[in-house]
Amino acid sequence: MTTMKTTAKTATQNACKLCNPLGACLAFRGIENSVPFLHGSQGCATYIRRYLISHYKEPIDIASSNFNEETAVFGGSHNLKLGLKNVTQQYKPAVIGIATTCLSETIGDDVPMILKEYRAIMGDAPLPIMIFASTPSYQGSHMEGFHAAVRATVKTLAEKGPKSDVVNLFPGMISPSDIRYMKEIMGDFGIPFVLLPDYSQTLDGGPWAEYHTIPPGGTTTSAISSTGSATASIEFGSTLEAAKSAAGYLEEKFGVPRHSMALPIGIKATDEFFATLERLSGTPMPEKHLDERRRLVDAYSDGHKYVFGRRVIVYGEEDLVISMAAFLHEIGVVPVLCASGGKSGQMKKRLLERIPGMDELGITTREGVDFVDIENEAETLKPDFLIGNSKGFTMSKKHELPLVRIGFPIHDRFGGQRLHHLGYRGTQELFDRIVNTVIEQRQNSSHIGYTYM
Amino acid sequence: MEAKFHFPDPSVIKEELINKYPAKVAKKRGKSIVINDPETVPEVQANVRTVPGIITQRGCSYAGCKGVVLGPTRDIVNIVHGPIGCSFYAWLTRRNQTRPETPTDENYITYCFSTDMQEENVVFGGEKKLKVAIQEAYDLFHPKSIAIFSTCPVGLIGDDVHAASREMKEKLGDCNVFGFSCEGYRGVSQSAGHHIANNGVFKHMVGRNNAPVEGKFKLNLLGEYNIGGDAFEIERIFEKCGITLVASFSGNSTVGAIENSHMADLNVILCHRSINYMGDMMETKYGIPWMKVNFVGAESSAKSLRKIAEYFGDAGLKARVEEVIAEEMPKVKAIIDEIRPRTEGKTAMLFVGGSRAHHYQDLFSELGMTTVAAGYEFAHRDDYEGREVLPNIKIDADSKNIEELKVTPDPELYNPRKTEAELEELKSKGLEINGYQGMMKQMEKRSLVIDDVSHYESEKLIELYKPDIFCAGIKEKYVVQKMGVPLKQLHSYDYGGPYTGFEGAVNFYKDIDRMVNNPVWKLIKAPWEKEAGSLEASYVTQ
Ligand code: SF4
Ligand code: SF4
Repeated sequence: MTTMKTTAKTATQNACKLCNPLGACLAFRGIENSVPFLHGSQGCATYIRRYLISHYKEPIDIASSNFNEETAVFGGSHNLKLGLKNVTQQYKPAVIGIATTCLSETIGDDVPMILKEYRAIMGDAPLPIMIFASTPSYQGSHMEGFHAAVRATVKTLAEKGPKSDVVNLFPGMISPSDIRYMKEIMGDFGIPFVLLPDYSQTLDGGPWAEYHTIPPGGTTTSAISSTGSATASIEFGSTLEAAKSAAGYLEEKFGVPRHSMALPIGIKATDEFFATLERLSGTPMPEKHLDERRRLVDAYSDGHKYVFGRRVIVYGEEDLVISMAAFLHEIGVVPVLCASGGKSGQMKKRLLERIPGMDELGITTREGVDFVDIENEAETLKPDFLIGNSKGFTMSKKHELPLVRIGFPIHDRFGGQRLHHLGYRGTQELFDRIVNTVIEQRQNSSHIGYTYM
Repeated sequence: MEAKFHFPDPSVIKEELINKYPAKVAKKRGKSIVINDPETVPEVQANVRTVPGIITQRGCSYAGCKGVVLGPTRDIVNIVHGPIGCSFYAWLTRRNQTRPETPTDENYITYCFSTDMQEENVVFGGEKKLKVAIQEAYDLFHPKSIAIFSTCPVGLIGDDVHAASREMKEKLGDCNVFGFSCEGYRGVSQSAGHHIANNGVFKHMVGRNNAPVEGKFKLNLLGEYNIGGDAFEIERIFEKCGITLVASFSGNSTVGAIENSHMADLNVILCHRSINYMGDMMETKYGIPWMKVNFVGAESSAKSLRKIAEYFGDAGLKARVEEVIAEEMPKVKAIIDEIRPRTEGKTAMLFVGGSRAHHYQDLFSELGMTTVAAGYEFAHRDDYEGREVLPNIKIDADSKNIEELKVTPDPELYNPRKTEAELEELKSKGLEINGYQGMMKQMEKRSLVIDDVSHYESEKLIELYKPDIFCAGIKEKYVVQKMGVPLKQLHSYDYGGPYTGFEGAVNFYKDIDRMVNNPVWKLIKAPWEKEAGSLEASYVTQ
């Protein structure tokens, strides 16, 4: 294998982030009867489809305005209108979620203007709702795209109305299984809720008895409209600012209070989430969840001996990394490096809030890094294992470090879309997997072949 | 070939496929959906731009240039100039394998370099950042070669990757730096990128090293990208036969071998679409003829080996090739005899690539299966109808944008390996010298040929034909399987393979058997099986 030297560098080598419109397409997939549409060349749409499909293992259609050389020079207005017309005719969608690519952003296409023209041309013909998010990849990563699309959706659809008991939940980019679990929790509290985006069925569904142009499932447009009159919004994401978020928009525009919190991973963070639900619903935590919490605490005490004092590098989206780090700290694992390709500039600050003594404990953060940076750090930090997505496998193999796979993308294991991460249940799953990783490593490294560990 | 499958009336099916489209789109798609007749070979509209809003499986020219052609060469550092996504998505996705001779030999295939353009680069230009990136890659690895790939925004902001490459090549001295203008909006599909890549490799790499190559029968393998280890199997067979492989374009290849490739005496082409330009250009400049072969399928591999022996015209080689075939075939035959009773009479559809939809039909017919419909994603008319149609292909705005290199015979190195008379004689013996018959002459009458099949059309086809297997890529996989039909990925091989040569054929037979005869499909009710009852019901009846 080729060895490398540590250097400060300008280029990105083996990136630890994906591009902006990927996140937007994913979010648009969580709206019922919608088709994501990329304004740009077909290559971006094809790549993003291929990439999402390799994780979710479900069909994902993403249309594109199919730029050619002339479009690239003279603007994409004609192509966008034609594309919208064709998508409408083929799919009969309720919503078309339009996101830009680097190309249309570079030439400076004014999409809202083009959409206005399009509506005028189409006259009285019934049109799908068109949601537009600006997502140039030369600003931000897939997380920015995801949040931009959710915010744009709410901005397009939310309406003022008499205050209702509805609670909005904007969970961010979580797994289909996590979404289903969140819905279960809300249901158990008896809270009427709107969860956006809900791709738990569109990206993790069953076989089709009949052919669907658009997979069934997703948040309905009427539910999204009602977010404007909700009693409160809960939004996950430690680094997500109100000015860029859906809940932020609803608070500013309709006065819906925004409860921003970390992704609930670990007991402490999940307790905060449940406490918020108790407050909003006036209902105490249902017995079922108390029970799950008790089992988790029990597991912590049974399993702590395996993991305590272990050193780990955790990487991925900033919000996921922050919540994972806090959870790891809770079980006595030291996240010696918390790394992300994203760069909100807030990672350290937010993590300090969750782990005040982090510096003394040897917990470090780095934003805007790639896998080569992480590998270089690994050489001095000497972690026991890694936690993150499939892209860390190369590093895991080279340095013989076990990898606990979480988040997105997972394309070298089966069932990534069905992993839980959140709440007591998700934490339990994560904890079991982490403990077993440590046990497995110990078992394999003993030549005696113990069957009790 | 005797038809075991009763073809439904293809004109009715064609009508079904297009009648939901708006009139204009229907008219356009109608020209790309053709009822085959191997005798007359009707015209297929191909290599035309996909209509905006119609979802295609096609990628962009950057994908064809970087991902397909240049990606598999292990000792070139590839730097993608552009924002991060384009680079990230092309990172190790094609499963090209490579086998460095020693563990310390250079292998950059697992690396993914990007200039990761930020807003200020888009506004003020990114050339400076690009040059720094080149310097960094050089400092890190001291590679023999660095290639630069332009993505869409680069062309628009006017960065000159060629000038930057030249400047850095000069500055670095011992590193061959060159760039590609393969922005995704050029051309209608990855095919444009293949052409751009061929031009660049020919201009910047081929012919840089005139050292003689040892061996009696020297050839290059063109259009083989070593997916799933395909090239390894072909290398094994060549070695057994005593054939010297000078360079491969580009599976399991090195910069050194490609620079030396003009020392070979024959180019054999597997994927005609992606690399035929190279064959033509090397013929013109160096006098090396090219010949279409196919190593997908056991019979086809045997045939291709015989053709190669015939080309070299050496009695010893011919005898050796026969020995090798006689040695390899019994293993293959044993597996076929076991599997064929289970696959006989089943049907397949192939919509993939620029050559695979053709080549893999051989494997299916070895299994007794009929290909009822096939088409390419990014091929041109010659890949369907044969190269004789080349003079009649209309050049549209999209193809005009791709540079055609002006190639002339090299004053020193031009050396026709065969005289005109010898070539004629070889052709009369059935060798496809500088020629390709295309897919359609091999397909049955009344089968369907569809270019750039749309999502909608493939679903309709499944409903109407109920094929036993559908071959395409991961983008189609899950929608096809939701309808209860197994999908074999022919880009990544579902992480199986190799499928070339004799051992590859055996792998393929086994994989197809496992897929089409798998019990899980009985548990999924497909939309047309109205009488079959629900999921629960099919459990009960088992
Ligand atoms: S931006 Fe252009 S080069 Fe990059 S993936 Fe999209 S179409 Fe291809
Ligand atoms: S051009 Fe931008 S949007 Fe398209 S793939 Fe590249 S980074 Fe992503």
